[in-house]
Amino acid sequence: MSLFDLTACEQLAELASGRTTSVELTQACLAQIDAHDSQVGAFLHVDRAGALAAAERIDARRQAGQALGQLAGLPVAVKDVLCTQGMPTTCGSRMLEHFRPPYNATVVDRLHTADAVLIGKTNMDEFAMGGSTENSAFQATHNPWALDHTAGGSSGGAAACVAAGMVNLSIGSDTGGSIRQPAAHCGVTGLKPSYGRVSRYGLVAFASSLDQVGPLARTAEDVALLLGAVAGHDPRDSTSANRPADEYLAQIAQPLTGLRLGVVREHFAEGLDPAVQRSVREALTVYKSLGAQVSEISLPHSKYAVATYYVIAPSEASSNLARYDGVHYGYRTDEQAMLTELESQRARLEAAGDEQGLAELDSALVRMYRRSRAEGFGPEVKRRIMLGTYALSAGYYDAYYLKALKVRRLIRQDYDAAFRDVDLLVGPVSPTPAFRLGELTDDPLSMYLVDLYTASANLAGVAGLSLPCGQSNGLPIGLQLQAPPFAEARLLRAAHMFQQATDWHAQRPALCSSS
Amino acid sequence: MSEPYTMVVGLEVHVQLATASKLFCRCSTRFGAEPNTQTCPLCIGLPGALPVMNREAYELGLKAALGLNLEIPRFTKWDRKSYYYPDLPKGYQISQYDLPMSQNGYLEIRDPKGRFETRRIGINRAHLEEDAGKSLHDEAGAVADSRIDLNRCGTPLLEIVSEPDIRSPFEAKAYLSELKLLLTFLNVSDCNMQEGSLRVDANVNLHIDGPDGQVATPIVEVKNMNSFRAVERALTYEAARQYDAWQETGQAKGDVPKQTRGWDDTAGVTHGMRHKEESSDYPYFPDPDLVPVTVTDEEIEQVRQSLGALPAALRDRLQTEFGLSDYDSDVIVGQGPALVEYYLDLAQATGDGKLASNWVQQDVMRYLNDQAIAVADYPVRPDQLAELLTKVKVGELDTSRGRQVLEHMLAAGGTAAEAVEHLGIKQVDAGEEVELCRELLAANPQIVADLQAGKLKAAGALIGMAKKTNPNVNPGRVREIAIELANQWDT
Repeated sequence: MSLFDLTACEQLAELASGRTTSVELTQACLAQIDAHDSQVGAFLHVDRAGALAAAERIDARRQAGQALGQLAGLPVAVKDVLCTQGMPTTCGSRMLEHFRPPYNATVVDRLHTADAVLIGKTNMDEFAMGGSTENSAFQATHNPWALDHTAGGSSGGAAACVAAGMVNLSIGSDTGGSIRQPAAHCGVTGLKPSYGRVSRYGLVAFASSLDQVGPLARTAEDVALLLGAVAGHDPRDSTSANRPADEYLAQIAQPLTGLRLGVVREHFAEGLDPAVQRSVREALTVYKSLGAQVSEISLPHSKYAVATYYVIAPSEASSNLARYDGVHYGYRTDEQAMLTELESQRARLEAAGDEQGLAELDSALVRMYRRSRAEGFGPEVKRRIMLGTYALSAGYYDAYYLKALKVRRLIRQDYDAAFRDVDLLVGPVSPTPAFRLGELTDDPLSMYLVDLYTASANLAGVAGLSLPCGQSNGLPIGLQLQAPPFAEARLLRAAHMFQQATDWHAQRPALCSSS
Repeated sequence: MSEPYTMVVGLEVHVQLATASKLFCRCSTRFGAEPNTQTCPLCIGLPGALPVMNREAYELGLKAALGLNLEIPRFTKWDRKSYYYPDLPKGYQISQYDLPMSQNGYLEIRDPKGRFETRRIGINRAHLEEDAGKSLHDEAGAVADSRIDLNRCGTPLLEIVSEPDIRSPFEAKAYLSELKLLLTFLNVSDCNMQEGSLRVDANVNLHIDGPDGQVATPIVEVKNMNSFRAVERALTYEAARQYDAWQETGQAKGDVPKQTRGWDDTAGVTHGMRHKEESSDYPYFPDPDLVPVTVTDEEIEQVRQSLGALPAALRDRLQTEFGLSDYDSDVIVGQGPALVEYYLDLAQATGDGKLASNWVQQDVMRYLNDQAIAVADYPVRPDQLAELLTKVKVGELDTSRGRQVLEHMLAAGGTAAEAVEHLGIKQVDAGEEVELCRELLAANPQIVADLQAGKLKAAGALIGMAKKTNPNVNPGRVREIAIELANQWDT
């Protein structure tokens, strides 16, 4: 059995017994990245030297008999939306192409404290806006199961690198489904924790009230391991929950007796791919065979989730992204060219005696803002900034933003009611398996519908998990489990039960075996 | 008022709260540091940095709000006010929009000289917000780059918005003075205008009585007023300017958008600035990075108990308990809490509030001004000064001798008794003074003649001679004795 076949938890045992070292694991990851990432495009930055140096330090400490953190030398990939001190943090955007933060996100600090080896930064849709990772300003990520398909998004790189065997542990972020949907498309397990469970400090904000950092891995066990390392209260994040994290890994093998699963009626409506529907139904059969009671449940307002999401998320984004203005850091337009152009415009207007044109001409500062933002942001980011700015503007605020907040509360109440009757909600992650690269890029509205089953969890602040439950034409299909706020332990135990009974999570894309 | 209009003024005052660190991060708020040295990822707007509220700022805000008789909602939230400017690195300012931390209060203003009726100026609201950075523009030409100092970015401010209840430039100044005094007593801000810890904007227009009823002129926001005096001058100018403009154009409120004008202190005029957009044009929305602030009745009561004596109550006390006039109590309270405390100690130890008031105003305050020092650094303690005043009160020393004693105490330290001894001041026996007068009159027949002729001025010369012979004589008594003796003089 090679290192490549082991889960992170199994690798921990190998490390502890001395049968392998962190350097060996890191080298294995780098070798897999070298072999396949030119095709997959999962990474934006691989910190080869830094990772090997960290692995050596951890090995030396282990040799010296020192106690190590929970991750004890395991390589971890981090989505490029989390600040890493001195390392590029681009958010998949030209705007931050050369940005190197002077500080670490809390999650990154915790990874270091846990003795993880940070292997690199993974690709993503620009500012986490998108469902296919095609909105990255630098590269598209290809689905390791079928390279002409997308890996999903926005954490496409984070899911693809796990699927392609480049790394076992990966950190993503989820604002409307950005961990769960790529996890489903790439056939890995991904968790969006409850809002407030993992610190957002140092997570480049997309929509602050929806964003949540979470782990991706092949198994629920590995997800539990990684969640345990990063979850918990952070005084630097006012929205972080002031309650201790659970012992996710220690509890994971405890089966849930009398588990009550609620099937969300609205998730089986029009638009659901038959293959996905079949796999989800089969998964329910598995759960029944494990003693779970399955009943149908309704989230009556879930049909408004996408609409609500696409008011609230862009509104927050329009404000969160105002800081990228070319003044203090990040992309700035070519000033000389901009000033030259402005002067020639002024000269033309003066020559024509166009008083009004002159009065309306930008100041150099305003032109610098406009140009920097026009050139630094991609089309999807601009689309959402415009949507959000509109929704927050005078005269529309009540009709859009305020109304969306009210619907959001109703969606949350739906969940509260549902969780009075069942322990977990179960359903599909995404209406279809992975789609082809380029298939939806000209159709932003269809792209927004990929969040159909996932956005509600962010609006309600509950936890959601995606795990592999089938395949269609060689493409993985994901099952979504949702739990009440802070019931991640329950979610992970339920996922683990399923993975003990099935082997969908153990399937590897053909690409992997070619190494 | 002789003008054919009523002036209507509302003031927006921003005061910097005296916290050690900023409103949402731990950077220092110290004034005068090297540019951009008191910054962190949060206050320079780096991606991912998150705000955490400094509770001390809220508590200082609460003190000020209670001092201004404002209602305190038990729940208040933070909003983002969005605009683009290089000294605002996040692209929004964290402020409070629809649920401010306090609302509906008042501040009583008064004029001891009676130039306006004592009355309450309504306070619409006082809310917390963070300051922006400072832009340092190249004033000489448009070529050089502007510079940005972000040290001030995130400094806690309390914005105190008055109702448009102020009716004259003089009232505006009185309101500001009283507000500053109150905040000084509450210790919530140093209110230093030079360092920008107190900034004033005014909204002003006129209500003009015309043949067809009252007309309101367009509201103008006046900025860049760097002293209370400047506020008074700017408002005076602005009233005249608006009246002239109305006569010329007939434009009333609503005919033109609200205008912002800057005060040019040197030229003594206001000039037009950018058009002020209506507040709803700044997109505001609740800051999702911050949680709402809640406060309990108990906490509010605790802060209320900690406020201490405030200016209005102290003036009352000085008048009722120590018999001071409106004017005197105003002067003493106007000097701030430290001087009031000095006065109270002195008045209590002396048992004569008016005497204490005279000495505090004429001697203590003058010395403080001349030396440019604070009461805390005044060399003579209230109990020491009280010892001296008691001597004056019982007639052991006359006022001018008392001053000499005080001067000596200020220069050399020590008690009043020690100073008296050092200066060789001794009580002169009345018989001794009679004898001295008799000798001097005998030697100066012209003085005797003058006094007999009712030219009492001549006594002055005699007093001078007496003091030369014995500096301890009591001038008043010498005068009395001399006149009496002269009238009985038998030449």
